[in-house]
Amino acid sequence: MPEAVSLDAVDRAIIEQLQGGFPICPQPYAVAAAGLGVSQEDLLARLQRLLEARVLTRFGPLFQVERMGGVFLLAAMHVPPTRWSEVVDLVNSFPEVAHNYQRESAQQCAFNMWFVLAGESAAAVAATIRRIEEASGLPVCAFPKLQEFFVDMRLPVRV
Amino acid sequence: MKAPAAAEANSSLDAVDRALVIATQGGLPLVPQPYERLAEALGCSAEEVMRRLQSLLERGIIRRIGVVPNHYAIGYTANGMSVWDVPDEQIDEFGGKVGALDFVTHCYQRPRRLPDWPYNLFAMVHGSSRGEVLAKVAIIADLLGSACRAHDVLFSTRILKKTGLRIGGSD
Repeated sequence: MPEAVSLDAVDRAIIEQLQGGFPICPQPYAVAAAGLGVSQEDLLARLQRLLEARVLTRFGPLFQVERMGGVFLLAAMHVPPTRWSEVVDLVNSFPEVAHNYQRESAQQCAFNMWFVLAGESAAAVAATIRRIEEASGLPVCAFPKLQEFFVDMRLPVRV
Repeated sequence: MKAPAAAEANSSLDAVDRALVIATQGGLPLVPQPYERLAEALGCSAEEVMRRLQSLLERGIIRRIGVVPNHYAIGYTANGMSVWDVPDEQIDEFGGKVGALDFVTHCYQRPRRLPDWPYNLFAMVHGSSRGEVLAKVAIIADLLGSACRAHDVLFSTRILKKTGLRIGGSD
């Protein structure tokens, strides 16, 4: 995992104040830069640098897939340690796999690989699950969202 | 934010909206007039790009427009998926309470998978260390009290893949 990098006060202000509300107008960077007290050129250069340093994973619209008629599905597998790297490569090779995390718990939980599948329909995502099961010979357990109580990924900068 | 009501859950996109989503899902162009740049690529006017983005925002198809920080890089190096077994008849009450805690970034009800997986409430907790995450998980445990029959915390030990969400297109 990447180490925390050092950020200056302007970088922190960009990350904290620009997590939403980027203007929709002809010169939005100029407007956003004025709000931050920097020049448009400085803002553009900093965004470029923060993206290249992977402090930002992206800059732009954040879509809510479900409202586009798409489906986002959390799924998990138990992968035996002896097959770990082979199965990582296999699962990651599916373009429908958006995120994939190795997870562990003190209680030796049943699943050690957790990934999110994106698809345009429930049927498409179910078909992807079957293809992963066939290719790996391992069961894939789906954890569909039954209810969303809260989602907001905005967190204050700690570095 | 609550889950979308069923009636608004399937707002459909027309062909131009779809092209706009595909053109922006990798990010906005880092040029002084990004909407003009998108308009050139899509073969429409900058005004139309702006009008459609505004509409996508109002319809909730775009949650927000801005930066998406990498949690690790801004100091959240520990992330724990806390999972809880609470009675189904109390899930709304507990889901609402846990989701309202300021350190929980996502809170969902998901199905149990018995016998391996008795948990029906998932809450993602971020912190600068595992100790901090565990202290926050203890706050959730207190909140749920005896209604919680079992819980666990799964820490991510490695990001195996992380790409932005993509629909259609070839990019």
